[in-house]
Amino acid sequence: MIEVNELTKRYGDKLAVDHLSFTIPQGVVTGFLGPNGAGKSTTMRMMLDLDRPTSGSVRIDGKHYGQLREPLKYIGALLEAKAVHPGRTAYNHLLWLAASNRIPTRRVDEVLALVGLTAVAKKRSGGFSLGMGQRLGIAAALLGDPKILMFDEPVNGLDPEGIIWVRNLMKSLAAEGRTVFVSSHLMSEMALTADHLVVIGLGRLLADMPMNEFIDRNSRSFVRLRTPQPEQLLDALSQGGIAALQGADGTWEVENGDLARIGDLAAEHRVTLHELSPQRASLEEAFMRMTAEAVEYQTGAPALPPEQEQEQKPEPAAAWGAGWKKES
Amino acid sequence: MVPVLLSEWIKVRTVRSTFVTLLLTFVVTVGLGAVVSAVVASTWNNQTPTERANFDATGVSFSGIALGQLALIVFAVLVVTSEYSTGMIRATLGAVPQRMTLMLAKVLTVLGLVGVVSVLTAFISFFLGQALLGSHRTSITDPGVTRAVFGMAIYMTLLALLSVGVAFMVRRPIPALAILMPFFFLISPILNAVPKVKNVAHFFPDVAGRQLYSVQGSTDVPYGPTAGFFIVLAWSLGCVVIGYLLFARRDA
Repeated sequence: MIEVNELTKRYGDKLAVDHLSFTIPQGVVTGFLGPNGAGKSTTMRMMLDLDRPTSGSVRIDGKHYGQLREPLKYIGALLEAKAVHPGRTAYNHLLWLAASNRIPTRRVDEVLALVGLTAVAKKRSGGFSLGMGQRLGIAAALLGDPKILMFDEPVNGLDPEGIIWVRNLMKSLAAEGRTVFVSSHLMSEMALTADHLVVIGLGRLLADMPMNEFIDRNSRSFVRLRTPQPEQLLDALSQGGIAALQGADGTWEVENGDLARIGDLAAEHRVTLHELSPQRASLEEAFMRMTAEAVEYQTGAPALPPEQEQEQKPEPAAAWGAGWKKES
Repeated sequence: MVPVLLSEWIKVRTVRSTFVTLLLTFVVTVGLGAVVSAVVASTWNNQTPTERANFDATGVSFSGIALGQLALIVFAVLVVTSEYSTGMIRATLGAVPQRMTLMLAKVLTVLGLVGVVSVLTAFISFFLGQALLGSHRTSITDPGVTRAVFGMAIYMTLLALLSVGVAFMVRRPIPALAILMPFFFLISPILNAVPKVKNVAHFFPDVAGRQLYSVQGSTDVPYGPTAGFFIVLAWSLGCVVIGYLLFARRDA
C-alpha cells in the first residue's frame, strides 16, 4: 500500500504539488488523473524519491522508498519512455537493472518475451520507435516481479494497437492482485482501465474515490425533449409529477427521466414532440468541469467545444468544481 | 554493494564510448610519448647544457599524457553525465535509491577500470619511450624510476576520480568538459607562465601530477613527488565529496 501524506513540492515561488494526501488501494488499477501541468509527474518522482519533497512524505508498506532494499522487487516504475542509453542494447539495459537488485538473469529474457521485444533484444535501443521504447520501459518495470506498478502516461505516443496492449496489460496485472498506479490526462482512457480514481489539478487533490462512484456522481443521465408547444408539455409533465428544466438551444431536460412515461404523458395531452431522447453527459466532460478552474495554461476560448456546450448542465460550472472540493 | 558494483560494471562495459575513450587514452599517451622521445633523442646534440642537465628520461617518455588525459577526462565525464543526458538516472536511482552506495559503486568501477588502463599505459609508455631515447635512456631499476612510473598510473587514476566528481557537480556533459578540458589543457599552462600567479598554479593538479611522475621534478615547483601525490589526491577527493553533497541533495 502506498500512502501519500501532505506531499508538497515548491519550485521557487510556484507550488507544483500542494499538500497532496491520498492512499493507493491494493490490488486494483488506480488512475491518477489531471490536466497537463497538474503535478502528476512531480508527484510520481517524489514517490520514487527521485525528487526531494519540500514537505510531506510517501510511505510504501510503511517505508520510505530510500529504505527499500532491492526496490525493483517492490515497485516497478515507468516514468518516461526511453530513459535508456541509446548505445546500449535492450538486453544489456535490463541486465544492469537486474544485477543491481539481484534479479536472476533469466528474468531478463522472460520480460523481453512478455513485452514482445525478444527479436530486438540485442539491438541498440537508440534505434527503437517510441512504442518499442515504451515496451522496454514496461519490461524494466516488470523485471523484479513487483507487487506495485507505477506508469506515467504509458499510452502517450502509442499507436492504437499499443494502447490496447497497455490497457490489457494493466488490467491483467491488477487481476493478478498487483497494485497498479497509472497517470493520464485523458478521462476516457481511465474510464476504460481504472477501478479507483485520484484527480488532481494545480497540485491539489480534487477527487479520490472508486471509479463507479465517480461515474454515478458525474455522469448525469437525462431525457432531452424538443417541442413546438413548451407550455403544454410542461403542464403535462407537472401533472405527472415530473419537473423539466430548460436546456440549451430550446430544449427541455428531465433529470433521470423515464422515456416511456414521458412519451405516454405527452401523447395523453396531445403534445407534439420533435425529440425524445436519452442523454448521458460524458465523464470527460465531468473531468473537464472539475479541473476547469485548475488548468494552468488556459486558452482564451471556452473550456468546452460548442457541441459539448449544448449538453452542459444547467447549473454553472463553478458549482460543480466547488462541490467536489468540499467532498474530497 | 556488490550487486550495485556489478550493475555499474555492466553499464560501463556495454557502451561503446568506454572502449573508444580508454583506447584513445592509451594510444595517444603512448604514441605521443614515443614521438617526443624519438625527437628528443635525435635533437640531443642541439640542446643547451641546462636542458641536458634538467633532462628526465622518464618524464620525457610520459609527454603524451598532456593530450592523452583529455580522452581520459571524456571517459570519466561520460560515465556520469550520460545518465543525465539520457534520463537514465531515473532508472538508476529507481533501482538503487541509496545515493551514497550508488556513487561509491560508480567511483570504484571507474577506479578499477582506469587503474588497469593506467598501469598498462604507464609501463608501455615508459618502455617504448626509453627504447626510442637510445643512449639517453634510463632503467626501471634506477632510483626513483619505478616510483615515477607508478606515479604516472596513480596520477591518471586520480584524474579520472576528479573528473567523476566534477561530472556529478555539473551533470551535463558539455559544461563538465568545458570546465575540465581548458583547466588541464590551457589554464594551468598559461597561468604557469605568469609570474606571481605561477605560485598558485603550482598547486594545480596537473603540475602536482608532473612532480609525481617525473624522476627529476621541475625545480620551479617548491615540493617533491610525495607532496605532489597528496595535492592531486586532495583535488580528487575534494571534487568527489562536493559532487556527492550536491548529488545527495538535488532532484534527479
